[in-house]
Amino acid sequence: MAAITNSWATRRGIGALAILFWLAMAALPLLGKIYPSESFDYYMFMGQSMMVYAIAVLGLNLLTGFNGQISLGHGAFFALGAYVTAILMNDGNWPYWTTLPVVAIVCFGAGFLFGFPALKLESHYLALATFTLAIAVPQILKHKAIAGWTGGVAGLVLEKPDAPFGLPLSPDQWLFYFCLIVAMVLFWAAFNMLRGRSGRAMMAIRDHGMAAGTMGIDTSLYKTITFGISALYTGLAGALSAITVAYVAPDSFALPLSIAFLVGLVVGGISSLSGCLIGGIFLVLVQNWSQSLSDWMKSTFDLRYDVPSWAIYGVLLLLLMYVMPTGVAGGCGRLYRFITQRRAR
Amino acid sequence: MEFLLQQIASGLTSGAIYACVALGLVMIYVSTDHINFAQGEMAMFATYIAWALIQAGIPYWIAFGLTILIAFTGGLLIQRFILKPLEHAPVLALVVCFIALLSIFNAIAGMLWSYTVKQFPSPFPIGDPTGHGLISYHQIGVVAVTAIMLGVLTIFFRFTTLGLAMRAAAQNPASARLMGVRVSWMLALGWGLAAAIGSVAGMMVAPIVFLDPNMMTGILIYGFAGALVGGIGNPGGAVVGGFVVGVLENLVGTYLIGNELKLTFALIIVVGVLILKPAGLFGRVNVKRV
Repeated sequence: MAAITNSWATRRGIGALAILFWLAMAALPLLGKIYPSESFDYYMFMGQSMMVYAIAVLGLNLLTGFNGQISLGHGAFFALGAYVTAILMNDGNWPYWTTLPVVAIVCFGAGFLFGFPALKLESHYLALATFTLAIAVPQILKHKAIAGWTGGVAGLVLEKPDAPFGLPLSPDQWLFYFCLIVAMVLFWAAFNMLRGRSGRAMMAIRDHGMAAGTMGIDTSLYKTITFGISALYTGLAGALSAITVAYVAPDSFALPLSIAFLVGLVVGGISSLSGCLIGGIFLVLVQNWSQSLSDWMKSTFDLRYDVPSWAIYGVLLLLLMYVMPTGVAGGCGRLYRFITQRRAR
Repeated sequence: MEFLLQQIASGLTSGAIYACVALGLVMIYVSTDHINFAQGEMAMFATYIAWALIQAGIPYWIAFGLTILIAFTGGLLIQRFILKPLEHAPVLALVVCFIALLSIFNAIAGMLWSYTVKQFPSPFPIGDPTGHGLISYHQIGVVAVTAIMLGVLTIFFRFTTLGLAMRAAAQNPASARLMGVRVSWMLALGWGLAAAIGSVAGMMVAPIVFLDPNMMTGILIYGFAGALVGGIGNPGGAVVGGFVVGVLENLVGTYLIGNELKLTFALIIVVGVLILKPAGLFGRVNVKRV
């Protein structure tokens, strides 16, 4: 009984924390009104990127963390979403926000279709196939047959949208709210999906596919649909990134992007929703601080060379696999349980 | 006709390199069931070591031998210190580990030797023996070096006790351990050999594609394709697969789809083989016990 009330209380606590977190995020742009500063728009842009990465990592987490299908090629779906938005805005003159439903449909379709061959591939073979996909993507985007739409190697330059209804917000503050709303809706949807029947089915397939099948779960259907939903999330993240960066180019969707999602997933926490946010924040912080971090390491350890951020990523991945395989979110959860159990005794 | 022969010849040369990469992948796959995503970056790193040795004034073939030794030791140490603690970890943890190795090698190579493209010397004379540009000495040399390496490996696995022990450890670890084979060390040897084979591939391809930290990415994909075509559990098959993929890539690139989509062609081979014939040409079909 104690265990049940305890977990109930914990869940209420986590729900309250989540609401507080989103409220705090919503209040952030107002700080710019109170303390106007030159670089405030840049901080807003960082916030947008964090949410973009968090959504992309969430997409990967739905597939890899909750359904057990390893993907090293989610950069491809991110690129698809970004390009669909960019082409619609550029050639069709669509308003930025109307492109999102189209991106959702296109990416769900692409992911669903890729899910069929993926059904036949087990664990590391799927990783291999998606890895090749990640490497092939920039070449496909640059191909001359579609260069009329994609802009070829040069990519496409877009316009940053202004705040609607004459709201007194700068474009970056408004886009922060836009990303925040999309992120909230997507996280809420994922939360609801995962705590229900379909979420349990997804995790059952991850833990033991054959047993899940004998329990009456249509494993093929669940796996392909999960692939579709995962691609939808990552594709929407790509669309948001195209809108916020206002530029798309093939080489930004190469293998490092797919690896970055994996890093975000592992650092934040495999199969954890809050972990996706941590992963997104982490990725942007490392990208922004890598130069100062490298300088600091150079002076502290007396190094002769710059330390590239990919070396930091790599070492961190290895360390996490040894000491904290469930990432920061999982580690915090374990710490919390450890403390509460000590207190209960 | 001449042009076609030329394309086939250059296809065989890249095929020899893909065969080496594929062989390195198979070495690790048969003993541990893992697909080493860092194989290409390991080879690239070894090639940089060879470059540094040659820059220091060491004659080519001595640097060649030294690099193979260094690569072998490096592969052995990676298995001992980084992968051994994860022997029973889930697949995702290992994939993450390989991706981590890939990023670390790439970043360190860029850090030590910068991302500017470097020329790498070829040990073979310039020019071609046929006199009308059919095939160059370097291309013949690449195929010859691959053939010699394959011969040495075959002799090692067929006729030495250590080779026998390694095959036993890969095929049935439990029984091998009961027979007194130190299975875990055999895995480390497999990693060492894979790294050494990769270093040869890197040193052979570097004069053609030039040396830079990303030079092996595309080649690794073709190595994967070669290994899968031949059957990823079969060393001989991997070599045949590598050559098949090399020739196909050149012919398809020249006559059908153009050079811009060569990597997409590799993607199609990989996904196609995995779906239509996962065992490849020579592999065994895996039967799983529930």
